[in-house]
Amino acid sequence: MGIIKTDKLVFEYIRRDEEGNVEGITRAVDEVDLDVAQGDFVAVLGHNGSGKSTLAKHINAILYPSEGTVWVDGMDTAEEKNLWEIRQNAGMVFQNPDNQIIGQVVEEDVGFGPENMGVPTAEIWERVEESLKAVGMYEYRRHSPNKLSGGQKQRVSIAGVIAMHPKCIILDEPTAMLDPNGRKEVIRAVRALNAAENITVVLITHYMEEIIHADKVFVMDQGKVAMEGTPKEIFSRVEELKELRLDVPQITLLAYELQKNGLQIPAGILTTEEFVEALTCL
Amino acid sequence: MSLILDHVNYIYGGDTELAVHALRDVNLKIPDGQFIGLIGHTGSGKSTLVQHLNGLIKPTGGAIYFNGEDIHEDDFDKKKLRSKVGLVFQYPEHQLFEIDVFSDVCFGPKNLGLSRKEVELRAYEALKQVGLEDEFFYQSPFDLSGGQKRRVAIAGVLAMKPDILILDEPTAGLDPKGRDEILDRIAMLHKTMGITVILVSHSMEDVAKYVERIIVMNKGRVLYDDMPKEVFKHYKELEQIGLAAPQVTYIMQALKARGLPVNTEVTTIPEARDEILRIYGKHA
Repeated sequence: MGIIKTDKLVFEYIRRDEEGNVEGITRAVDEVDLDVAQGDFVAVLGHNGSGKSTLAKHINAILYPSEGTVWVDGMDTAEEKNLWEIRQNAGMVFQNPDNQIIGQVVEEDVGFGPENMGVPTAEIWERVEESLKAVGMYEYRRHSPNKLSGGQKQRVSIAGVIAMHPKCIILDEPTAMLDPNGRKEVIRAVRALNAAENITVVLITHYMEEIIHADKVFVMDQGKVAMEGTPKEIFSRVEELKELRLDVPQITLLAYELQKNGLQIPAGILTTEEFVEALTCL
Repeated sequence: MSLILDHVNYIYGGDTELAVHALRDVNLKIPDGQFIGLIGHTGSGKSTLVQHLNGLIKPTGGAIYFNGEDIHEDDFDKKKLRSKVGLVFQYPEHQLFEIDVFSDVCFGPKNLGLSRKEVELRAYEALKQVGLEDEFFYQSPFDLSGGQKRRVAIAGVLAMKPDILILDEPTAGLDPKGRDEILDRIAMLHKTMGITVILVSHSMEDVAKYVERIIVMNKGRVLYDDMPKEVFKHYKELEQIGLAAPQVTYIMQALKARGLPVNTEVTTIPEARDEILRIYGKHA
């Protein structure tokens, strides 16, 4: 069993009108089977309302399955006794950096998690230091978080999660509010954590370019996994993705357009190097 | 309905040690009917700038003229300015509040003191302009999808019949299709109604695709103000200030470095496709 596993996960919620009468039931996640190995970098794509955030919230037990089971590091998330250990092992980073920073000083914010876990003070400081170094924010440790840029704030949020020494980290559109540089900084930090620390990463995003290095991509639609495969396999299916309100990286789209117009280029090109190579071979 | 910014400066916290010079000597002319992209990294002064355009912030130096009138003169009608220069903030759906979609869009024009008939006519028209189907009009705005909510919020500003529409990152958090739908709508409004649009964006690809002029802000100054292909020629400088060129620019630069005689000025996918096909002697 992988670090994250779901078996026929279903999540339903009841819609009510203003008087509280039941209007209907929405199935936000519909029989999803996932198996993510320790150390994998997994991306989840899907249009707004496809169920990807609802799925993510099951991984650190913010939500519990209506049917089926979710295991994190072998622990069933539906069992209350596992709650704290699961939350510690699966850290979550959200979209808006301003909603998840609470400390007055960067290092204080990062220390909040381990302090709540009852980690001894000396070790908290060690963890704060290594976490901030891992995301390249150590030199800002004495700064006030509200003076940082969006990308810097998100990296502090990520440091706050890794200070709890999780086995996996789930990022729900962490770059949606950032400028190009901020997006690059955050993705670089996440990739480094995955490569150097072997932390499992689940990245939810609407930016197709951010996931070309992922080990595996899941595409959600109407609560189900509609497609799964490597980035190359997924992004070779341009028309299907567009039908699911998604897109492919710009370079993949350009290669696809050229292919449609008769140039002999392979499908699923993901990087400029591959593209230049394919063109100069013609 | 032109807007002119003449040596605009804005300093906040001016009499304290923490004074920040948010805008420095900004000179801009926004003529009728342009589609303008406003880019700059977080904290570069973009939002401060747009809040000056409809008089939400008063400059600490310099002046702003709307149709030749100084907007901070005592006898200037600011209420009218705010209906003429419509500002759609980031995540505008957070500002929806009425019980149904139609009432929400009516709120703006109602406050202009128009007759009920005129208010409803405008709301109907605005909702049509953003492409929302009739079936949603009497639903709670909170039951709509993210993209739909955002369209309702934009309709609320359009119902004021602005001459200038400013949108602060209207596509943040939307899926790729939702992003295209909103921007295509805005481009159509610009084309059919001749409305001036100022699009604040972090997506260089979107800016390259839609706008005719780009204003680049850095540290409170206007760094570049030109056509997209001219601005993106400075892609190295843009990177230094936390921005980038569209990905197509990098692709074309890489091809050129490998000896292919491509025009590196192209910035959009269709342009790049045609340029590469030209090199290989094919036509799209």
